[in-house]
Amino acid sequence: MSGVQAQAAASAPDIKTARLQTGEYLHNFSEMHPPLGETAVLVEADRCHFCYDAPCTEACPTGIDVAGFIRMIKSGNHYGAARLILQENIIGGSCARVCPTETLCEEACVRNDQDHRPVRIALLQRHAVDVAMSTGKQFFSRKTDTGKRVAIVGAGPASLSCAHGLAREGHRVTIFEAREKSGGLNEYGLAAYKMLDNFASREIDYITAIGGIEFRYGQELGDDFDLTSLQEGYDAVFLGMGLGGVNSLGLPNEAADGVMSAVDYIERLRQCADFAELPVGRQVVVIGGGMTAIDIATQIKLLGADEVTLAYRRGPEAMVASEEEREFTQIKGVKILYNATPVNIHTIDGHIKEVEFECKDKTFTLPADMLFKAIGQTFSAKIDSSIALEKGRIRVDEERKTSVAGVWAGGDCVCEGEDLTVAAAQDGKLAARSINECLLKSSTGD
Amino acid sequence: MADLTSTFIGIQSPNPFWLASAPPTDKAYNVVRAFEAGWGGVVWKTLGEDGPPLVNVNGPRYGAWHSGDRRLMGFNNIELITDRPLDLNIREITQVKKDWPDRAMIVSLMVPCTEDAWKDVLHKIEDTGADGIELNFGCPHGMSERGMGAAVGQVPEYVEMVTRWCKEYSAMPVIVKLTPNITDIRLSARAACNGGADAVSMINTINSIISVDLDTFSINPSTGGKGTHGGYCGPAVKPIALNMVAEVARDEQTRGLPISGIGGITTWRDAVDFIALGAGNVQVCTAAMTYGFKVIDDMIAGLSDFMDDKGITSIDEIVGKAVGNVTDWQYLDLNTIVKAEIDQDSCIQCGRCHVVCEDTSHQAITQEKDGLRHFEVIDEECVGCNLCVSVCPVENCISLRELSAGETDARTGETVSDQYANWTTHTNNPARTNQ
Repeated sequence: MSGVQAQAAASAPDIKTARLQTGEYLHNFSEMHPPLGETAVLVEADRCHFCYDAPCTEACPTGIDVAGFIRMIKSGNHYGAARLILQENIIGGSCARVCPTETLCEEACVRNDQDHRPVRIALLQRHAVDVAMSTGKQFFSRKTDTGKRVAIVGAGPASLSCAHGLAREGHRVTIFEAREKSGGLNEYGLAAYKMLDNFASREIDYITAIGGIEFRYGQELGDDFDLTSLQEGYDAVFLGMGLGGVNSLGLPNEAADGVMSAVDYIERLRQCADFAELPVGRQVVVIGGGMTAIDIATQIKLLGADEVTLAYRRGPEAMVASEEEREFTQIKGVKILYNATPVNIHTIDGHIKEVEFECKDKTFTLPADMLFKAIGQTFSAKIDSSIALEKGRIRVDEERKTSVAGVWAGGDCVCEGEDLTVAAAQDGKLAARSINECLLKSSTGD
Repeated sequence: MADLTSTFIGIQSPNPFWLASAPPTDKAYNVVRAFEAGWGGVVWKTLGEDGPPLVNVNGPRYGAWHSGDRRLMGFNNIELITDRPLDLNIREITQVKKDWPDRAMIVSLMVPCTEDAWKDVLHKIEDTGADGIELNFGCPHGMSERGMGAAVGQVPEYVEMVTRWCKEYSAMPVIVKLTPNITDIRLSARAACNGGADAVSMINTINSIISVDLDTFSINPSTGGKGTHGGYCGPAVKPIALNMVAEVARDEQTRGLPISGIGGITTWRDAVDFIALGAGNVQVCTAAMTYGFKVIDDMIAGLSDFMDDKGITSIDEIVGKAVGNVTDWQYLDLNTIVKAEIDQDSCIQCGRCHVVCEDTSHQAITQEKDGLRHFEVIDEECVGCNLCVSVCPVENCISLRELSAGETDARTGETVSDQYANWTTHTNNPARTNQ
């Protein structure tokens, strides 16, 4: 083969399914942080110093009494531990799996200063919640029906947290979800190796077992119903629909074949029956610096891509993805390029061929069969223009009230959101408290 | 390397570490393994009178109290004295001593409290070549119900009487093993001394119940749903044993009586504690039963390195070295004034010192400074109680600083004196001696 032919062959798009054997998929997508066994749980729990006014609790967006639940694990009271976790965060099982704890509770752990290794809080939390969920142990029950009805838009973490809080108070909740399943990003987003065994759906069953929560699927705000109809038909409304849009790169040829949204691909990956169905390029470029970028880069590598390069326009210190996340993707074989700004997409026959980057006055190209955009999502819901936005998302106050009376919001669709599952859980919890107070006031005629 | 050779009441052994009378020394197989591993001597598991061997329970014999990471902190047992025929034990003792002449071989004995019974058993072991005997007056379970073991050890008159018989009918050195299940160990030690004992060994195990099974409400360990108190030993009992050793070492009537120290010795450091408080050698059981005989390696190497490091050439130089530093509360110097100090560089900010001081002691540690989490001792409140030092998870992070004479104690406003002054002369003491 001549040099010219070789180059032509190399640049032909190479995207195919079933790059790996079945066993390889299972191995590659095994759990990122496998659960601790019983003995390891006790040893790890024993490392907790039971700090006074514990920094880990301070660092948890939902304020879980971490030292308290670990002490209960230590004394063999797993249900007590689970109750302590779930009373602050009903999706504590998810958070134990997906929280970037290295920047939250585990970063605050005093053990970092003592032996450079925090107590593995997430795995302990997971253990306690798993024990409760696996035995179907419920800690909360509905109060007497108040006759009040609350509409919730979206069925992600913020909404589920809010729904559970309201159900406990005896209110009836109807959740309108555009997709066919609930769970939001827990079901459709996040890397597969963080949420195994259909956990998102099992957790929803566990949460909704409290009763008083009804789902309406295939209902999209703006298309199938509008805010006004909810305000008229319900005593309160909570908006938790997340972010629908994806930021574009603003590059020529962005519409070329092989250029795709990371969010869409992950959704497909999470919902497919068999990973072998997924089209995977040989050389893949990911643009972005957040968790979605890490998740897509790692997963496309695990699906069998030869070379995966994650290109970020700034340095590691500015990257949203934590050091641990970056290390994880690098261990899996992804190469991270810093300070590389994409400036052009070159195509061949309408398909991406290579990506051109600028890096400190120099330009270079990377061959690519696939390019994933993972540079953030945008708020795109069709809501009433009377709801005030801030920085492109819904503005809320401390109680998660929007600018419109009777409408609350939380999760990724609000402006103060940290785009974390645990922050969404807290939004939902606070909104439920505030809604409950309002509903009780209105029923007593105050 | 320091010379670890031990001579205890005339009995030679290559090191001062003996295995205590217990399951590890029940038969030749175990004892030979112990000698191969390097143990200096053994006290053969207690022999009883001739006749049908006694029987042990067929349920569990041992129970344990664990730390969170499953380290064995305390251990108890309800095993009886040997359940093997007397003549078999005697044959094995004879053979092992013959094969291992440089190791100490002590035979533990327990027979009914009659002169004939003791005379008979002493006669039977005379020819084994054993270096000495140890009288088991301590076993707290099973045997005590039959009038032996602790049932004898708890009555000083019996201790003295049996000791006297043994000295009368045997030429072998006699070690009297004392039970801690008494109110004042000195009475038992004095009795042994009066009876002519060559030494005492202490402590035997402590009456104990490990725990209750919270599902069945039987006790752990359970034999068919029931349990009985067992003898407690292991690391958890060491402080109790040390005190008892020190009490006997500094008692006027027993001062100078050789002591074989027993009670939770797990490392060479534990052994040095016992020796410094008056023990001439030590006996070990639980550590071996927890980890196997190889623990002797660390004990020998650690003791030897420690002695080299301190310029100590023989164990005798350590024996009793700390006894003079044990005194009664009334003689402690009330003019020694200490304050806790927190090393901010090694503090990991767990706040445990603050909360325990705040909740349970003297409100002498801050929790914040300039709005930030910060733990610092308030000298005006600190009484130097050592609680914060005790609970701090970081070694040497909190220490006690002794105020120098001339400094002002911020708590009392008084100047620290360089004069020794104790409670016996304190003006608040209605019974003070210098009125």
